[in-house]
Amino acid sequence: MSTAPAALLVEDLAFAYPDGHQALFGVDLRLDPGERVALLGPNGAGKTTLVLHLNGILSGGRGRVDVGGLPVRKRNLPEVRRRVGIVFQDPDDQLFMPTVGEDVAFGPRNLGLPEPEVAARVAAALEQVGMAGSADRPPHHLSFGQRRRVAVATVLSMHPEVLVLDEPSSNLDPAGRRELAEVLTGLPVTMLMVTHDLPYALQLCPRSVVLDGGVVVADGPTRDLLADADLLAAHRLELPFGFDPTRV
Amino acid sequence: MGAGHGGPLGAAYVAGGSVVHRLEPHLKLVAVLAFALVVVATPVHAGWAPAAYAGYAALVLGAAAVARVPAGRLARGLVVEVPFLAFALLLPVVSRGPRVEVLGLSLSESGLAAGGGLLAKATLSVLAATVLAATTEPRELVRGLQRLRLPALLVQILSFMVRYADVVGGELRRMRVARESRGFRGRGPGALRVVATGAGALFVRSYERGERVHLAMLSRGYTGALPAGPAAAVPAQAWLVTLSLPLTAAAVLAAGMLLG
Repeated sequence: MSTAPAALLVEDLAFAYPDGHQALFGVDLRLDPGERVALLGPNGAGKTTLVLHLNGILSGGRGRVDVGGLPVRKRNLPEVRRRVGIVFQDPDDQLFMPTVGEDVAFGPRNLGLPEPEVAARVAAALEQVGMAGSADRPPHHLSFGQRRRVAVATVLSMHPEVLVLDEPSSNLDPAGRRELAEVLTGLPVTMLMVTHDLPYALQLCPRSVVLDGGVVVADGPTRDLLADADLLAAHRLELPFGFDPTRV
Repeated sequence: MGAGHGGPLGAAYVAGGSVVHRLEPHLKLVAVLAFALVVVATPVHAGWAPAAYAGYAALVLGAAAVARVPAGRLARGLVVEVPFLAFALLLPVVSRGPRVEVLGLSLSESGLAAGGGLLAKATLSVLAATVLAATTEPRELVRGLQRLRLPALLVQILSFMVRYADVVGGELRRMRVARESRGFRGRGPGALRVVATGAGALFVRSYERGERVHLAMLSRGYTGALPAGPAAAVPAQAWLVTLSLPLTAAAVLAAGMLLG
């Protein structure tokens, strides 16, 4: 543990939805700058609820969330949302503007940046995800894999310090999955990746955290966690047939 | 998704690079609206009205020719005026006043003029709108409306409609395929219940998608307004070229009023 502020610090976070359903029961999580961490867990474990706390979409329960030392509070929300970029699972939810370029520009313009800076960031973000030259295309003309990568670009253009990805490999074909992995490993940001794709977690994230029943039940090197058959079985996590994490 | 240029809404668009295609969308909107106003302002009972209609028709068809909009596309655009057509055909029969004998039918003279005028005006206005739709992509139309200071909320609604029409259309298609794959035939009164349930499910899905899109927008700093990109200044020449359509039409109208 360093003395510098954590990139992301979650302390004793608990939350119940207005209908009474309690999703989180005291989550502790710390990500140091530059770490890539996978967030694993079965459906209904509270992963999405946790993610929505990281940029203050959900709040009001117990505990605290700090981003780079800045508490997630109402008056900090614009800066928190710049620092934490969330890429949602369905790129059609993320890409709502008529063209790719306008979508990637949406965040920077909300930050009030001058137009030349916005244009430079759009070009750079599209370049980072291998989609340079697509700015004028409408999203529905892109393949699913391309849309997923553009969705990543829409938050990269805000120069986030923490990138949060919700099921980044879902619905991708093998080539699209590999291309996205190449993009993600090249990004100089702290990364929290929510996924059911355990080999993808092993490939991209040295460390994993298992969330189940609204609490963190395991936190350690991804390879060790995936080699623990009892742990996986206890939390409805399963490796693909024939996959041996100790031999990758 | 297999949809055409601009999604299902873009079916109206005829790709091309003509001078009409390249005109600024907000100027085109102004031009079409002004043209329609001139056409509607033409008095139907004036003796010179048919000549004026012919002049307007030459203008709008000339614009269509420059834009290389195929005749079939123009004809399809006219389908929307079918209800007006029925009303226009009824007018000569039900109107009062001096009658004329046409093919054995006794028709009202003023009714004929009113019906003919209605038909001509509707056709000319729809033709102008069709040329606009055929030469401007849906998202450019929305951008044009935004530049014309349409209220921001309406611009956002239109913008999302353009973006999500093919997403929702795709869901509708998949639901239909899933229904038919399980033997649904879509006939008889019983089918209505199934289709209504499908429409309800589609509504709920779209509503939920709306919520997810809103979350994604908030996550990127949305505060209630879609930030607009830079808008290049429009040179006076572009105004002149675009507005030549309504200005010439206005000249035709003025000539008719002065000389007729």
